[in-house]
Amino acid sequence: MFAPNSEAELAQAIGEAYAAAEPVWVYGQGSKAQTMRPVQAARSLSTRNLSGIELYSPKELIFSAKSGTPVSEIEAMLAANDQHMIAETPDFSALLGSTTPQTLGGVVAAGLSGPRRISLGATRDHVMGVRAVNGLGETIRSGGRVLKNVTGLDICKLLTGSHGTLAVMSEITLKVLPAPERRATVAIAGLDPVRAVAALAAALGSPYAVSAAAYLPAQAAARVPAVAWLQGSVTLARIEDFTPSVAYRADRLRSDLAAFGAAEILDDAASRALWAAVRDAQPLAAAADDAVWRVSVRPSAGPRVVAALEAEFGAASFMDWGGGLVWIAGPATDAAHDAVMAAALREGGTWQLLRGPDALRSAVAVIPPEPGAMTRISARVKQAFDPKSILNPGRMRAGL
Amino acid sequence: MIVQHQPKPDVLARRDAIIAGLRRLLPEDNVIGDALRLKPYETDGLSAYRQVPLAVALPETTEQVAAVMAYCHREGVRVVPRGAGTSLSGGALPLEDAVVLGLMKMSRILEIDYADRLAVVQAGVTNIGITNAVSAHEFFYAPDPSSQLACMIGGNVMMNSGGAHCLRYGVTANNLLGLKLVTVEGEILEIGGAYCDAAGYDWLGLITGSEGQLAIVTEVTVRILRSPEGQRAMLAAFDSIPVAGACVDAIISSGIIPVALEFMDKPCIHACEDFAHAGYPLDAEAMLIIEVEGSVVEQDDLLGRIREICAQFNPISMKVSQSVEESLAIWKGRKGAFGAVGRISPDYLCMDGTIPTSRLPEVLGRITEMSHEFGLGVANVFHAGDGNLHPLIMFDANDPESFRKAEKFGGDILKLCVDVGGCLTGEHGVGVEKRDLMTYQFNPIELNQQRRVKSAFDPEWLLNPSKVFPLEDTTPPAMAAE
Repeated sequence: MFAPNSEAELAQAIGEAYAAAEPVWVYGQGSKAQTMRPVQAARSLSTRNLSGIELYSPKELIFSAKSGTPVSEIEAMLAANDQHMIAETPDFSALLGSTTPQTLGGVVAAGLSGPRRISLGATRDHVMGVRAVNGLGETIRSGGRVLKNVTGLDICKLLTGSHGTLAVMSEITLKVLPAPERRATVAIAGLDPVRAVAALAAALGSPYAVSAAAYLPAQAAARVPAVAWLQGSVTLARIEDFTPSVAYRADRLRSDLAAFGAAEILDDAASRALWAAVRDAQPLAAAADDAVWRVSVRPSAGPRVVAALEAEFGAASFMDWGGGLVWIAGPATDAAHDAVMAAALREGGTWQLLRGPDALRSAVAVIPPEPGAMTRISARVKQAFDPKSILNPGRMRAGL
Repeated sequence: MIVQHQPKPDVLARRDAIIAGLRRLLPEDNVIGDALRLKPYETDGLSAYRQVPLAVALPETTEQVAAVMAYCHREGVRVVPRGAGTSLSGGALPLEDAVVLGLMKMSRILEIDYADRLAVVQAGVTNIGITNAVSAHEFFYAPDPSSQLACMIGGNVMMNSGGAHCLRYGVTANNLLGLKLVTVEGEILEIGGAYCDAAGYDWLGLITGSEGQLAIVTEVTVRILRSPEGQRAMLAAFDSIPVAGACVDAIISSGIIPVALEFMDKPCIHACEDFAHAGYPLDAEAMLIIEVEGSVVEQDDLLGRIREICAQFNPISMKVSQSVEESLAIWKGRKGAFGAVGRISPDYLCMDGTIPTSRLPEVLGRITEMSHEFGLGVANVFHAGDGNLHPLIMFDANDPESFRKAEKFGGDILKLCVDVGGCLTGEHGVGVEKRDLMTYQFNPIELNQQRRVKSAFDPEWLLNPSKVFPLEDTTPPAMAAE
């Protein structure tokens, strides 16, 4: 393993791999090594030594950091200024059995977003600029350090969520926002999934700026102390803002949702704990050897995916994003994976096999294949960045 | 006159055959070939540049777009996509040998789903048309460029348009879920859909803002949002630009993100007040329009906090709107700013660059100096929260020297934006206007990377040529290695 100490060393290392036409397994600290497809590579390269905050301007709502910077370090820096990362970056370490810290480059390369994704956008929406080294060993920049950053083609968006298959990011500029003064969660106990998603649609369609909306069936709710006492399934809508606004809106939302049942209002501390758990998929009742999938569909279709997979293999589940993100746990078999794919396709949605044994992740489509003509364009775009296919080959899809 | 690609002689020679070929694919009225009817398509919102196209095709369905694209690809004909033609960077400027593919007949709203909070619309639906279609249910489509009455969602996607409220709601890219596309070869593709975050490469993010370089957009799935309970604006006027800039910083640092935070300098205040009679303070050097939303109680709370912050910067005046009518009047001045400047100067260039907000006083000071150096007036209006400048350079189009100076002045402002750590564009795109400045922001390696991505979608560079990339650079690059 080689861990360059500078962008110049990174570019040199990739340039050498390019010259030798040898594939490179690129990672940060490896906290997500157990997700996506395993990579077979002669060389490996970690960005862990490219660490440190380069710039932080709270009044301009941006920071820049080297890609190997631990996310925890960034979160601490932002918290000291009452700001936060907008997409509520999840930490799947417990789910994936990882003990290493997440890096900024890792969460951006994986394109992961938490509960706030439905209200304020995904991680990719907040990546304002990147510096990266492509598969030729060339250093490229895209975007900038300003909030409207797109001049020319938006390479930042392309690199976000590309799992290191196009270029190795060395520095990333992210937009941030003030952290809310207060949070509250309106919680309704005892709804079934269909009724719950209708309640969440009403909440998200209200004028009260609901920032997150999730449904935990009884088995999932029992795993989260902040809502376990409600005894049964819970339907959850979060409001976060200045204190007077939160009090006012939570109260209004509770009365607007009265038709769905009596609601409790969870306070700031309970809301923090609850949504951190939802963000990291802690409510998912996955057995140690279960596979875990994330299925994204239109929100009203979430309950149908849940019902289909419960019938198919007794899936454990919960829903985030107002019903649009369905977390599924079940046996790590080809048959279960086929059922998940079929359920997602039936609803015109997408899936990711987030956790599973290497053999399963090597054998199946961990994410959907490209649609139609996109297969050809996708291969050409890969070649435009990485002509010898040396960067994380096969990480996203077999042969790419 | 702007320099464009040399027309292909063989295409010009086959003009009649190409028009006949297009007429076999589309209804008779939807192909324009005669000089008189081609004339309106010779320019867009950047009317200083003009070129009559070879022909205009006006498809009504995605399948017709695909047929036209496949035909043009087979015949080696260049294609310039066009929505409402409101581009301020010449993004829809035709070429002599190109077919303009106008999407204005594709103006149907296909689906509205309030429970899932999305709308599926054809590319030729106007920006305001989406909001109008859902406003009875108290929903809206968030990005609101100043041209929103005319501009079309397909063009908004291609330019990644913003607007006055994108500080709170984001730009076009942040409000999309899916696109239906037609490739240069004429294949129909769907990316994204009615759900969040398609797995794999972020094609949606790449296509948005790609200025017609990669594919034709025919349908767009947008997020629609529930309207807030209400909104209210206030004005704060200051006797110096640096003080107003410091006040902007203080508001953002306090943790308040207003839905809009707009900045105008003295020349712009005067032009807008003459036009809108909004009660703008004429003695101020700089003025902020600050808007908040929520219930009346929440508005009072936020405006109270903002007034307290503004008061620390010795404002000349502060005025909180007391009614919906007063708020509308305040916005009428701002949204009419370009037209208002048009009343005091027969011609103006509307520039569009982005700077780190901390560099604002220095940049505006330098623009004022340049205004004296060039002998041309300039009015500044911009989105202060995100540092997106819109200097309006006033000139006389009847005087070629005046126009030449205005172009140079504009170019120098954009270079200044890059020098202080910003970008050449905020929301108008590169188009033809700024393509030759791309080498100022990007080095050859970076431009080549972007060009190879373009080639991945459009190997023969038939889509919207002479835009975005410096002209000497626009031969298709070979892939780096095979």
